[in-house]
Amino acid sequence: MSNVFIALGRSMAGSLRDLLPIVLVIAFFQLVVLQQPVPDLVGLLTGLLCVVAGLTFFIYGLEMGLFPIGQVLANAFARKGSLFWLLLFSFSLGFGTTVAEPALIAVAAEAASVAAEGGMIESTDSARSGYASGLRYTVAFSVGLAIVVGVIRILKGWPIHYMIAIGYVLVVIMTGFAPREIIGIAYDSGGVTTSTITVPLVTALGVGLASAIEGRNPMIDGFGLIAFASLTPMIFVMAYGMVV
Amino acid sequence: METLTQLLSILLATIRDVLPIIAIVFGFQLLVIRRPIPHLKRVLFGFIYVIVGLALFLLGLDKALFPIGELMAQQLTDPAFIRGTVATTGEALHWSDYYWVYIFAFAIGASTTIAEPSLIAVAIKANEVSGGAIGVWGLRLAVALGVAIGISLGTWRIVTGYPIHWFIISGYIVVVIQTFFAPKLIVPLAYDSGGVTTSTVTVPLVAALGLGLASTVPGRSALIDGFGLIAFASLFPMITVMGYAQITEMVARRDRCRRERAKMVKQE
Repeated sequence: MSNVFIALGRSMAGSLRDLLPIVLVIAFFQLVVLQQPVPDLVGLLTGLLCVVAGLTFFIYGLEMGLFPIGQVLANAFARKGSLFWLLLFSFSLGFGTTVAEPALIAVAAEAASVAAEGGMIESTDSARSGYASGLRYTVAFSVGLAIVVGVIRILKGWPIHYMIAIGYVLVVIMTGFAPREIIGIAYDSGGVTTSTITVPLVTALGVGLASAIEGRNPMIDGFGLIAFASLTPMIFVMAYGMVV
Repeated sequence: METLTQLLSILLATIRDVLPIIAIVFGFQLLVIRRPIPHLKRVLFGFIYVIVGLALFLLGLDKALFPIGELMAQQLTDPAFIRGTVATTGEALHWSDYYWVYIFAFAIGASTTIAEPSLIAVAIKANEVSGGAIGVWGLRLAVALGVAIGISLGTWRIVTGYPIHWFIISGYIVVVIQTFFAPKLIVPLAYDSGGVTTSTVTVPLVAALGLGLASTVPGRSALIDGFGLIAFASLFPMITVMGYAQITEMVARRDRCRRERAKMVKQE
């Protein structure tokens, strides 16, 4: 039992160190540059305490739960050898984790008001919410597709840089045709889709698959799923902006 | 008491976010793979830790960091503050008058990236897979530097009003060129680090900075120019991570050369 406490205490110290830069930056700008007192110091300190405790628990649970389950699933799929189920799993993981992502919901709502202002859709609530949910499903579909393509790449051992370069070319071409208002949002949507829980799970899945399949290097083939998941939303959001 | 109800609602929201993931993972495990999960109790406890940890983390951010961070973003982009640092009032502001904004963008980008949980997760995994060749801190610092450069460049773009795609496309060209020269092992990880940098901590603070800046700089629209900072923050880490690998490789090669030359001198 005391081992658990030592481990927890050690990762607590790590979390404190991780947060120290933010505290220093905020303190410096608040006191030296803006020259204003820190509002609600008690609230600030309790909040920081929560952040430290939260980060500690998260990292602790990561190595106990998320990493092992990703590994176990990857091994089981590799042994089972059923491509269909592996791809279905990959798609549902990408789609399911993205469609409910709070950051994406927020971005989709912003995009709808941009579209309404730009005259692309009517400026009514129903038109806006229809546009926003359409966008959300589009992005979620594109992330699902990205994980599927990424998994196929791991299985086949295709080199990643050609695929990413093709994706970039697509992004550049689409930028020329997409409505100007949507471009900033499209570029941003690539960054917001991958949530804090999806990233460890998807990384463990990729690395697990690459280690279970003979002839694949976990370093070269295992990583890269997140890269696909942040590239496809850009393409699909611009396409959505052009079609709707 | 208020904090407690807030914690409870955040906890519920976190569970709602995690529920689809749990359903997919355990659904496939039970229906398709049909094998018991090894150390099931441990894994379940791990999930509980992750959910509780994430909820506490978000609560703390909501209570402590976001209010003050957003307030500071507003104050720093406030024309009155920027005019106050310039001696001559009345003239139009030059882009260089916004220097505190760029410094703040750099500092907040680097420091929030260090605390980003998903980056920590990827760094742990990369360290484990590479057998220690890729240091957890080396990767995290390289990514943090990339985000810092990206966000300060992004704020400069909002102030000057140059179109975003020029920057992104030239960034892509740099990434593609670097890919040919960087060590093969780092390339997929570098691509991944672009996507993982921006999640729970960075996005809200950076979004506040972008929207604040776009709504105060004359001639910018918050709706069109406020976006795009996240894109900068996910592009530049790719460049710095590959750069980090290139530099470490170069240093290692130079050391090896020097050692061999020393050996040759000794033999003579």
